[in-house]
Amino acid sequence: MQSKHLELSQVGIDFPTPKGPFTALTDVNLKIAKGEFISLIGHSGCGKSTVLNIVAGLHTATTGGVILDGSEVREPGPERAVVFQNHSLLPWLSVYKNVELAVKQTQKNKSKKEIREWVMHNLELVHMTHALEKLPSEISGGMKQRVGIARALAMEPKVLLMDEPFGALDALTRAHLQDSLMEIHAELGNTVIMITHDVDEAVLLSDRIVMMTNGPSATIGEVLDVKLARPRDRLALADNPEYNHYRHEVLTFLYEKQKKVETVSSRQSAKKSSDSKKSNAA
Amino acid sequence: MSTIPKLLMPVVGLLLFLALWNGVAKTIDTSLGQFPGPAQVWEQSLTLINEHIAQRDKASDFYARQEERNAERLAKDPSFEPKIRPFTGAPTFFDQIWTSLYTVMVGFVIASIVAVPVGILCGLSRSAYSAMNPLIQIFKPVSPLAWLPLVTMVVSAVYVSEDPMFSKSFITSAFTVSLCCLWPTLINTAVGVSNIDSDLVNVSKVLRLKPLSHVQKIVLPASIPMIFTGLRLSLGIGWMVLIAAEMLAQNPGLGKFVWDEFQNGSSESLARIMVAVITIGIIGFLLDRLMLSVQRLVSWDKNAVLR
Repeated sequence: MQSKHLELSQVGIDFPTPKGPFTALTDVNLKIAKGEFISLIGHSGCGKSTVLNIVAGLHTATTGGVILDGSEVREPGPERAVVFQNHSLLPWLSVYKNVELAVKQTQKNKSKKEIREWVMHNLELVHMTHALEKLPSEISGGMKQRVGIARALAMEPKVLLMDEPFGALDALTRAHLQDSLMEIHAELGNTVIMITHDVDEAVLLSDRIVMMTNGPSATIGEVLDVKLARPRDRLALADNPEYNHYRHEVLTFLYEKQKKVETVSSRQSAKKSSDSKKSNAA
Repeated sequence: MSTIPKLLMPVVGLLLFLALWNGVAKTIDTSLGQFPGPAQVWEQSLTLINEHIAQRDKASDFYARQEERNAERLAKDPSFEPKIRPFTGAPTFFDQIWTSLYTVMVGFVIASIVAVPVGILCGLSRSAYSAMNPLIQIFKPVSPLAWLPLVTMVVSAVYVSEDPMFSKSFITSAFTVSLCCLWPTLINTAVGVSNIDSDLVNVSKVLRLKPLSHVQKIVLPASIPMIFTGLRLSLGIGWMVLIAAEMLAQNPGLGKFVWDEFQNGSSESLARIMVAVITIGIIGFLLDRLMLSVQRLVSWDKNAVLR
């Protein structure tokens, strides 16, 4: 929190509904330093994605605003690259072309050779150089997400925004990708904001865990500093009392302080995400 | 199912149909004689092929005679400038098939050139869609026969030239086809564009794609499957509409063939019309298959079941 790199101040958002405006978020205040890894955690429907979308510029805050390196965020842009939950690669482009599109669009002064090198460099970071000419439909979910990360990194973002990037993956693939992400973060030192449901993922990856209260009018409940030394090793940490302490803190927040009472209708709409949450908590 | 019944069942269906047709045809007596059964139709299709060959022979003889005569006159008088007069024999059944195919393609291409961009516009902008929607809903169900007199009069008034490149009947038919086969492409394109995965649109926003490259890089490829669904429907409708348009506009295609045979009223007319009916059906089917293979070629979604 030394230097002000990314600052959310008094961020709030109302969505219009037939019954009048619905306040999804109020008074979200957060200062993020350069190179910090932040996780947003909270029950489904608490507005985590909305926070991320506001930082991305895909939603406009009703009150307050976001400042990145001294200028206000008004629209989406490649300096705030997003890794979407369901990868959202263009299905008609090969792995290589998907990343190339991002490079060509964001770094127009690069020569052909430089473009190729940069695409390859980013695909190497995520270990995907073996499938350059494959279409997204021909590779596994984990591979798609790797390419999605490569595409975001290739934009040379100041902030990398990840919306439950590993939520749709099986546990083993998820662990692999978490390790890859830690490697990349150690190497590049990007600022990362990641949304997650997964307590272990949050503790393992983050410098700070931002825990959100339940909506409507959701806001930041608590912020937990995770002071585990890097590089972190999931095997060693599994038995580490400090690690378990952090886990316990997050679980206490989620399941005691912000215990979610789900009505039938909200359960239906949030079924998918709450299912994965149950399995993570177990 | 193994491969043998797969081939067998369509053949069985076809044979059953022919038997039924044969049986029923014998019981129907019209003022032009008995309704033609499969045998008469087969006979007439052979006749039509022979007529075509005979006409071609006549034409080549005609040109050969002209050349001979020109050569003779040139030998007598070196300043003579030879002229070749075109053969003016009646078009054969096969000439008429070509005319029909050509006309429907021109009409279809005009319709597509209009419908795809307008469809994309309607898909991208809610207000453009709201503005277009009433027009689409009202004009979509209009029969080609209602348009035809208007198109005919407009073409006669507007398309005036000393040396017309196309005949008026051709333009009238092609435009009527366009007017009727515009709608499926327009609607399907609009639906396809408006249903693009919002994540892909967000990718475009994060990359700050300009409107034109947004359409080119995201919108167009993403909606190609729906656009082609529309194009296939349009071509099917266009082909149906064309036959009616040709009957009334007297464009020398299959529609005119059917009309002329009907007016002619010989004992063979019904069988010849039946040949045309079957030909129209087969060509319609082939056009659809053609579009399907183009669709398969350009579609990125190789897993989609296309039929």
